[in-house]
Amino acid sequence: MPSAVPETNGTPNGTTLGTSTDGGLSANDNIRRFAAPSRPLSPRAEHTLFHNKTRCFVYGLQPRAVQGMLDFDFICKRKTPSVAGIIYTFGGQFVSKMYWGTSETLLPVYQSVEKAMAKHSDVDTVVNFASSRSVYQSTMELMEYPQIKSIAIIAEGVPERRAREILHVAKKKGITIIGPATVGGIKPGCYKIGNTGGMMDNIVASKLYRPGSVAYVSKSGGMSNELNNIIANTTDGVYEGVAIGGDRYPGTTFIDHMLRYQADPECKVLLLLGEVGGVEEYRVIDAVKSGQITKPIVAWAIGTVASMLKTEVQFGHAGSFANSQLETAAAKNKSMKEAGFFVPDTFEEMPQMLAQVYQKLLKDGTIKPKPEPAVPKIPIDYSWAQELGLIRKPAAFISTISDDRGQELLYAGMPISDVFKENIGIGGVMSLLWFRRRLPDYASRFLEMVLMLTADHGPAVSGAMNTIITTRAGKDLISALVSGLLTIGSRFGGALDGAAEEFTRAYDKGLSPRDFVDTMRKENKLIPGIGHRVKSRNNPDLRVELVKEFVHKNFPNTKLLDYAIAVETVTTSKKDNLILNVDGCIAVSFVDLLRNCGAFSPEEAEDYLKMGVLNGLFVLGRSIGLIAHFLDQKRLRTGLYRHPWDDITYLLPNLASGPPGTEGRVEVSM
Amino acid sequence: MSAKAILEADGKAILNYHLTRAPVIKPTPLPVSATHNPAPKLASLNFPDDQDVNAVLDQAETTYPWLLARDAKFVAKPDQLIKRRGKAGLLCLNKSWAECRTWIEGRAKKVQRVETVDGILRNFLVEPFVPHPSDTEYYININSVREGDWILFTHEGGVDVGDVDEKAEKLLVPVDLSQYPSNDEIAATLLKKVPKGIHNVLVDFISRLYAVFVDCQFTYLEINPLVVIPNADATSAEVHFLDLAAKLDQTAEFECGVKWAIARSATALGLAVVKPRDGKVTIDAGPPIEFPAPFGRELSKEEAYIAEMDAKTGASLKLTILNPKGRVWTLVAGGGASVVYADAIASAGFAGELANYGEYSGAPSETQTFHYARTVLDLMFRSPNHPEGKVLFIGGGIANFTNVASTFKGVIRALREVAPLLIEHKVQIWVRRAGPNYQEGLKNIQAVGKELELDMHVYGPEMHVSGIVPLALTGKQSDIKEFSG
Repeated sequence: MPSAVPETNGTPNGTTLGTSTDGGLSANDNIRRFAAPSRPLSPRAEHTLFHNKTRCFVYGLQPRAVQGMLDFDFICKRKTPSVAGIIYTFGGQFVSKMYWGTSETLLPVYQSVEKAMAKHSDVDTVVNFASSRSVYQSTMELMEYPQIKSIAIIAEGVPERRAREILHVAKKKGITIIGPATVGGIKPGCYKIGNTGGMMDNIVASKLYRPGSVAYVSKSGGMSNELNNIIANTTDGVYEGVAIGGDRYPGTTFIDHMLRYQADPECKVLLLLGEVGGVEEYRVIDAVKSGQITKPIVAWAIGTVASMLKTEVQFGHAGSFANSQLETAAAKNKSMKEAGFFVPDTFEEMPQMLAQVYQKLLKDGTIKPKPEPAVPKIPIDYSWAQELGLIRKPAAFISTISDDRGQELLYAGMPISDVFKENIGIGGVMSLLWFRRRLPDYASRFLEMVLMLTADHGPAVSGAMNTIITTRAGKDLISALVSGLLTIGSRFGGALDGAAEEFTRAYDKGLSPRDFVDTMRKENKLIPGIGHRVKSRNNPDLRVELVKEFVHKNFPNTKLLDYAIAVETVTTSKKDNLILNVDGCIAVSFVDLLRNCGAFSPEEAEDYLKMGVLNGLFVLGRSIGLIAHFLDQKRLRTGLYRHPWDDITYLLPNLASGPPGTEGRVEVSM
Repeated sequence: MSAKAILEADGKAILNYHLTRAPVIKPTPLPVSATHNPAPKLASLNFPDDQDVNAVLDQAETTYPWLLARDAKFVAKPDQLIKRRGKAGLLCLNKSWAECRTWIEGRAKKVQRVETVDGILRNFLVEPFVPHPSDTEYYININSVREGDWILFTHEGGVDVGDVDEKAEKLLVPVDLSQYPSNDEIAATLLKKVPKGIHNVLVDFISRLYAVFVDCQFTYLEINPLVVIPNADATSAEVHFLDLAAKLDQTAEFECGVKWAIARSATALGLAVVKPRDGKVTIDAGPPIEFPAPFGRELSKEEAYIAEMDAKTGASLKLTILNPKGRVWTLVAGGGASVVYADAIASAGFAGELANYGEYSGAPSETQTFHYARTVLDLMFRSPNHPEGKVLFIGGGIANFTNVASTFKGVIRALREVAPLLIEHKVQIWVRRAGPNYQEGLKNIQAVGKELELDMHVYGPEMHVSGIVPLALTGKQSDIKEFSG
């Protein structure tokens, strides 16, 4: 829960919606900036831990909690936000953008405690969100600065010895620690620690934007919200509330806060929500007995069930475990009642009891009802409004192939675990992501076959050459790979696309293979996919044989391949090496596949070809080889390549040799 | 995550290993020992359901060859966090291995009643018997409180130690260890009734014991009897902790896990190092520490499943079965609210019928909530049909940041799957929850209740957190209306 890991959602420094779009108003115009106070604030009474000018640091990157605090400040009509800055030791970011009402403000992010303290001398409290592992070290560091008067520790699971060391040092220095393992506390109209009070709608429902007369201390953070609700429903509201945390050794206990509440004249009723385990409730009892506390206390200790169970149960809180009869909830409730606390018979009856106490004080004039201020409007967060289904907006992007939002990554709807369970291979993954469907097994295997056949074609071809030269220039893998890939086009590697296009067109027009060859010759066009440097009919290319064999064996229909083989018969009769080469063979087979495997409509098949999916196959396959060339060159530690002069013919014009047009420029006319 | 009891064997192994290694807070009166303790002789025997008792005992003879030494005498006892074993007749003292073996055979995997609790004995500890004069039996106890650690010591230890709170000498060591008492202070406070001659030996031992207590983050440590037999010139002593109970701070695992593990590694225990069969890489030099369930509260399959799920997420998921045949079941969100519900059920007079304690909190995902709810529901249907039916509370406080609608989706999915059974078992369902987006959550669960014709009542924040409990169990009436869209 509480940790120093930055939250990804709700980060306010991402896009700021609606600020840059409204005509001419730049995002910067909507940012509120707050100056430091011109003079030091006059010191507050000892019992005042928080007030409406309290300024704090938030330790750890918790944008959602900080935003909650700022929203609270805003509806409490504070002049300045309570958060002066964020301390994030892993940070590299210097400001964090937050909302202040509907405008925005920038909060500084400090990497060191020292800098933050030096910059904000008005800060006297810290909300420490550091994890249970690091909170000891960070709290000890924070306590070295005399300006710090209180620290709230949110983390759960702080080792008991460390918690005791913290509270010991704090006691010596007079620092109030709230926590560990707490949500914090709240002082309506003034200050709210972290996530206390829940969402804004709840803060408004429990009237936490203005002070009431009842101050509470609770162990549980979760139950503190319930208390806010109970108090708001039965009295004029919460004056202050602190959740001391569920651990065995909370930094401050009930008595520390009860004594503060007693000293504060604005606070009229005290409420104590104790718990099984520990003896801290008894210190409040002692204070009442000795006359230190005179205000009425409504109290209850939860966990009365423990004594009625046959075996020991460790409840949710680490400290909720009775080590002796004294620590049981029943004994505590009994003792508190005997000491004159208002203790109901069950927790369910607590609201009535609180109401009675409140009504009595109202009647005798101790509490004077205050006018109710107008209920503040709360700006609602975009992401939350969206989750509630209150707003909509057109999405800027659409994706139909994969989804990473759920429990499991989906490829075209297929969970990644099924991808492995069914062992669909790289061809299966390609068919899911490229075509958004499962293709028959033979089709997947054909795709894999293409990748394997196109993976590499030696170092001399232009793509590999480029990669090698780039690698030797000392560039990284991606640069070397991309420089090789950039050569792929109509000349290099493009034979696939061209062959598919020409053969398909001829076949669809109904040209006989001989007519096709004749037409191409008449147009002085080479037939892409036909011809090989060395291979011939008598010395066939084994790669082509492999493809042909696979296709004939597995494809339901091989019409275009058969057509291409017929074309080959015509061309080889003219010249022995004009065979159907591997590019041509793959291309026509792929068209056969798209058209006849049953997974595509004719329109879809044409569409994919037009999109250049064949080039995609070549790019993907050849990337394997290009990366191999990169690794090879790196492995060999080859140096920068420089082409020898003698391998370049230098033919430069001589500008001084004569009149214009006779400078001897070498021209190639098309 | 809190202070948790450990097995006696583990406690002894940790003490034995770290007594000479943990850095002492202040120098003790004795010179630092040049050698470390030899490996302890601790035969920890576990009898799982799927293994034959004799096979385990046979294996023990191979693993711990010292059991077969001629004329050796042993102590055998169950090691399952049972208090006052001597009084319960669960000690087999000063017996040969053959006798111990028979003694264990007669008890392993059998149900045993200890005071009011029934449990199965399945973990035993066998150690060499230490003959000693009775005036060498001491009692020592260290326990943590807010202000520091109390050390309790009395020279009259043993089974009949009596009320130690009353008769033990006490010394509070403050949290700030720079205030650690001097050797003289320790002797003057704790060793008043012990002959001067062995003060140095005892101060040395107490200081070392306390050093281990701090270094390994114990929260409780009790040794009774502690046997200290000084050598002739009282410069050192043979120390035996015959009986030990201890708790470690589970939350300190990240600081001390390595120390807890190494003390219990095969090497430290003097066992032949066996490569783990599954070839798994462990994170420390020894096995991770175990926190056994209290005696008679063996984790059921379901509890273990939830505990495992809990360990794997940032959310909190807890389940303890109190009475599998109970009529009242809870599915409550929040560490505080769950206790409040249990309280309310008990105070309505249904403590005996309360079937489970549990909670889910810290924004668990929909799937996690579903699995959690399904587990509780399955357990509920396993208990026999009751003529008056059963009651299920789907409760919780006002959440701080958990999205109620999304966790309720998981609960609803679980309810849908078992709707016919809910009707067959005549389950009344009472719902109360609030917090972010609770309106949506309550609306959805209410709609499902209607659709599946379940006996369901739904309340929002207007109802007291556990206010539905008396309504459901004692037929109390309330003016508060059920939630309506």
